[in-house]
Amino acid sequence: MTTVALKPATMAQALTRALRDAMTADPAVHVMGEDVGTLGGVFRVTDGLAEQFGEDRVTDTPLAEAGILGTAVGMAMYGLRPVVEMQFDAFAYPAFEQLISHVARMRNRTRGAMPMPITIRVPYGGGIGGVEHHSDSSEAYYMATPGLHVVTPATVADAYGLLRASIASDDPVVFLEPKRLYWSKDTWNPDDPQTVEPIGRAVVRRPGRSATLITYGPSVPVCLEAAEAGLAEGWDLEVVDLRSLVPFDDETVAASVRRTGRAVVVHESGGYGGPGGEIAARVTERCFHHLEAPVLRVAGFDIPYPPPMLERHHLPGVDRILDAVGRLQWEAES
Amino acid sequence: MTVMEQRGAYHPTPPPAWQPRTDPAPLLPDALPYRVLGTDAAAGADPALLRRLYAELVRGRRYNAQATALTKQGRLAVYPSSTGQEACEVAAALVLEERDWLFPSYRDTLAAVARGLDPVQALTLLRGDWHTGYDPHEHRIAPLCTPLATQLPHAVGLAHAARLKGDDVVALAMVGDGGTSEGDFHEALNFAAVWQAPVVFLVQNNGFAISVPLAKQTAAPSLAHKAVGYGMPGRLVDGNDAAAVHQVLSEAVAHARAGGGPTLIEAVTYRIDAHTNADDATRYRGDSEVETWRAHDPIALLEHELTERGLIDEDGIQAARDAAEVMAAELREHMNQDPVLDPMDLFAHVYAEPTPQLREQEALLRAELAAEQEGAH
Repeated sequence: MTTVALKPATMAQALTRALRDAMTADPAVHVMGEDVGTLGGVFRVTDGLAEQFGEDRVTDTPLAEAGILGTAVGMAMYGLRPVVEMQFDAFAYPAFEQLISHVARMRNRTRGAMPMPITIRVPYGGGIGGVEHHSDSSEAYYMATPGLHVVTPATVADAYGLLRASIASDDPVVFLEPKRLYWSKDTWNPDDPQTVEPIGRAVVRRPGRSATLITYGPSVPVCLEAAEAGLAEGWDLEVVDLRSLVPFDDETVAASVRRTGRAVVVHESGGYGGPGGEIAARVTERCFHHLEAPVLRVAGFDIPYPPPMLERHHLPGVDRILDAVGRLQWEAES
Repeated sequence: MTVMEQRGAYHPTPPPAWQPRTDPAPLLPDALPYRVLGTDAAAGADPALLRRLYAELVRGRRYNAQATALTKQGRLAVYPSSTGQEACEVAAALVLEERDWLFPSYRDTLAAVARGLDPVQALTLLRGDWHTGYDPHEHRIAPLCTPLATQLPHAVGLAHAARLKGDDVVALAMVGDGGTSEGDFHEALNFAAVWQAPVVFLVQNNGFAISVPLAKQTAAPSLAHKAVGYGMPGRLVDGNDAAAVHQVLSEAVAHARAGGGPTLIEAVTYRIDAHTNADDATRYRGDSEVETWRAHDPIALLEHELTERGLIDEDGIQAARDAAEVMAAELREHMNQDPVLDPMDLFAHVYAEPTPQLREQEALLRAELAAEQEGAH
């Protein structure tokens, strides 16, 4: 199979390539959702797949998220590996009952007899000027549901590798695609041999000594930018990209915080009841004696996602991250 | 330019006259529920089938009574009885071929048992030792589903997948009258019709969703009428007439298997017992209504037909009752044994590979169990 892709490729192109490769490798893989066929998805992630694999494997479904995921459950029961697309984060909510009451617990309920190898692709997060219901960060809901894996790529290479790993997983994976990174490019070469490692491993994106920024998905590039800007303040910040929220890579995170002694968790979703609270608690439990300051959180405000003209005030930006890093220094200064 | 002028420019020629896509008449259900027993249609019914249905009805009624008794002894956490609805349960199980799939709701234990599931395994969920006490693939019975109507899209997906693989498998999905108000009911029927999936939807309209009567559940002329809006046939059948339910289901299954797509069947029946043993049905319905339905009992109807036509005698009736007693005695005996559970099962089936976090929790429980064991000695 030949792949014609721009070099460097975008994250959206890497996702398309991952779907195409997975479908080629395994005839059980089916792609389904609203607009995924002829249109190729509103973000063009499924572009060309219907043409290549036919409507039976790349299916434009009726517009009904519970129905999309509910029928995927039945298809998985019969041995298929559905990859469903929820067009936007907030559009996935009608499917929550299927996700939580069935997808997440079917393996458990049947003592392993009925695994649910379903990948649920959810474009999520803000920063693209979307109108209401098009910018939510719903990862905390998914994280709170046992039985689901929750992953989110921040790089083009990870978009490919994590999606392949998700589709290959015998368990359901909520695959959160940061919308504002769809068009980001990096040096990923689609013609190179691709590596697919098991999900559940965080990675140090930028080594540093002053403090650890723990982040994922759309906030990873922001944290990297903050780390560069922090150099002017004399701070050498380490950036850990979680990549997988469930399972959580305690080892990589704790090892980093033990090295730096300070940590800030950064994410777009609200702070109260958000992923940052869980992460801060885990870090504190493991690194208490290494910590020079409390683990801080830089999160979105605890508000419904704001209208696009105000979203820049809501989203964690470089200044807010560096301000938090500054507050981490209190003990050293006092 | 006015809006109307813009529209004129957008449609330079008048749109073609709108044509109805389907004549709804063939999809509409009959005004009255279809019946076989006590009618001329009964003459065409297969005697062996009628006798089999009868034996299963008697066994099912006994199963309901035994399970209800077990709740009083504290052996079952709860039991939603299907007494009065046995004809639907049994027919649903008997119309399916071995390769077909049954998608039961929480009240449809009898359908699963009639399909061959071990009576004890069928009660695991309600006893509380595990959520599903059987391997769904063994008899092709999906887990008894507690959330309402959410198993219906599963049936559609499975039937669709089977057809994509070239297997002539049919899925039969069961739901109650209350479940037809749920969004998943709508989405499942719509997907099934659009995909022409080989699915049969059986609504057991037993009059009440816990306490809410049908009149407060829907304004539709019948639940079977809902089918026409999806573009599938709707059938209305007397749910206490085992021969009629079997016939209507058989036709729908054959239609689906032949590629004709889904059917929605409403079986009109009545829940003689309360919603579960925990419910007080006297708060929402009168005795006279229940007595009217008792007079239309599915077992009595079939027994009468069989006796009238000389297809069964007193010995035959007694044989069916004896077989049911044997089943009940075995069920009692097994359910009165304390199940031996392995607490480590808690972690065994959350993921294919436990997460590191679950491994830590597993270790904690193992240590607690070891300490308990030590304390016991």
